[in-house]
Amino acid sequence: MSSDVKRLSLILLFSPFALWIVLLILLPHIGMVALSLREKVAPRVYEFGFGNYIDFINEPIYWNTLLRTGSMSLLVTALALLIGFPVAYYIAKIAGKRSRGALFLMCLIPLWVSDLIRAFGWILLLRETGVISSFLIWTGMTDHGIEFLYNDVTVIIGLVYTVILFMIVPLVSTLDGMGDDMIEAGYNLGGNSLTVLRRIIIPYAMPGIVAGCIVVFMLTAGSYLTPILLGGKNSSWFTEQIYDQFITRFNWESGAAFGFLLLAFTSFVVWLGLRLSGQSLTNTVART
Amino acid sequence: MTYVDDRYNMTAADVFDLECTGISKEFGDFRAVDDVSFRIPSGTFFSILGPSGCGKTTLMRMIAGFEDPTRGDISIKGVSVLSTPPNKRNVKMVFQHLALFPMMDVYDNIAYGLRCAGAAKEEIARRVADVLERVALPDLARREIHQLSGGQKQRIAIARCMALNPDVLLLDEPLGALDLKLREAMKIELKLLQHQFDTTFVYITHDQSEALVMSDYVAVMNAGRFEQVGRPEELYHAPKTAFVAGFVGDSNRWKGRALEVRSDGIKVETDAGLSVVATAYGESPIAEGAAVEIFVRPEFISATKPGEPTPPAAGENEHTGTIDSVLFNGANSRVLVRSPSGTLIEADVVVTGSGEDVREGDPVRLTWARAQSMCFSV
Repeated sequence: MSSDVKRLSLILLFSPFALWIVLLILLPHIGMVALSLREKVAPRVYEFGFGNYIDFINEPIYWNTLLRTGSMSLLVTALALLIGFPVAYYIAKIAGKRSRGALFLMCLIPLWVSDLIRAFGWILLLRETGVISSFLIWTGMTDHGIEFLYNDVTVIIGLVYTVILFMIVPLVSTLDGMGDDMIEAGYNLGGNSLTVLRRIIIPYAMPGIVAGCIVVFMLTAGSYLTPILLGGKNSSWFTEQIYDQFITRFNWESGAAFGFLLLAFTSFVVWLGLRLSGQSLTNTVART
Repeated sequence: MTYVDDRYNMTAADVFDLECTGISKEFGDFRAVDDVSFRIPSGTFFSILGPSGCGKTTLMRMIAGFEDPTRGDISIKGVSVLSTPPNKRNVKMVFQHLALFPMMDVYDNIAYGLRCAGAAKEEIARRVADVLERVALPDLARREIHQLSGGQKQRIAIARCMALNPDVLLLDEPLGALDLKLREAMKIELKLLQHQFDTTFVYITHDQSEALVMSDYVAVMNAGRFEQVGRPEELYHAPKTAFVAGFVGDSNRWKGRALEVRSDGIKVETDAGLSVVATAYGESPIAEGAAVEIFVRPEFISATKPGEPTPPAAGENEHTGTIDSVLFNGANSRVLVRSPSGTLIEADVVVTGSGEDVREGDPVRLTWARAQSMCFSV
């Protein structure tokens, strides 16, 4: 009797997770793969084949876009780490107990505003008639408005701003677990600030760094709104290609193939990163 | 006020490994360390003993360089180190939780300091092997930290410091996290390691038995000041203040009033009505009628059954009572005796396990010498 109750409650607890994985992750992806392996030979006539993938390889603009998206995402990840690490270190190790919570909350507040509104905020600041341009005209540094939007720098700034929180959170939680005595021992045994950072703090924070990088890289490579709004038509983000195939060209087969290629590509980059840093998924993302 | 004892000048060398002169540390209005001075000769095991919050950790952090003293000077081997940053001081520290680096193995933990000092690869390998040999763990070089036992971690933490040949090794209650049996074993081991390395150890603890067992000298610290510095037996048998008498070793502790002060002793009546003949201790003189505190160590009180002969010299204080309870603890067994005035007196007894042993409810006679009742004015 009691074991039946136990089993039932176990099944009930597990079922939302199982439903989510199967219905929303597994099934759509299987559908996508099946869809991407269909070739259109005539209207409403399809054949099994790798045509959509061959199209991707034969058209340089497609794989160039994918490589561009990948490398820019890596750049965004690196920048987010570079800016996020000092912020996380300050919150976890230097700020007092009381200000720590307030600082953490301040990092979270931008998340309360939707992506779209935040992107429009950037547009308001950076467009030709925007705040910065007007300010420059007012100070007399330039006599005509400057368009800051629709270039790679703006896209990268906007992406870093959107994803940096996902870098800070895992970093704060790993750095928080490091005792102050670890750092003091580093100095006591003769290390200078650089050796302590390089030999003790960074190796200790490695799981958090890797976790943050994976999340940030995945979010950036898969983001759509920020590159489109801040980069305009020039952004050539790979998600835009996928959107084009599905919506504009109504070529679902090719869109599915692209979607699957993006997934495979980002997974490969993450795998490579894990191999190079000597970490595993279980002790990084699964831990934070 | 300084407690620098002339007996410290025991060697020809005038240079002390560690010398603190009038150091104080204030955090806002709070004075954590208050005008402390001491000198430690080479190769000494020196303990700083005090209750938590007495300022001993702050003192140690100042020696290591993690805090700057508000006033006073710290010299190592005769050279002031106040302007030297912590990573340049040749003072190494074993932290309370050891602070071994979990992402490195044993070898890299020990090699870390040598690498910071810029030693060559072969030199590092030789020194690490040498120090591991000396802490008797030669095969553990490639072990990960989480694979070590508590005692092994302890020894690796010491080895990590000793590989750098420090002038002074600071130990901040490193035995606190160990279980009792291991703690007892590590006490002896630490003392042996100190002998072997022949380095000055400064050991911070709140556990008086650790301090007494291991140290050549002990400083008893209370409320930011050194109450007394001396050899362990000196602190135990000739405490200079009531705090030291109460903190070092176990005592029967009674408050009372001095009824009669004579050259050969003081007659005291405790608040509970027990009358005791005592000897004046401490620096401030005791006036007739003044409030006093009396400490009598349990091992100096002999408990005998009525009719048995009492030790001849012990007859200056004699009380009868009944045994309230027997506290059996092997060689350290005690009895709690209730005197007619209602005071509970602790006395050491030998419990042999035979029928001769004292039992609860037995009448008993307690005797101790006048010299063993330490009387301090309050």
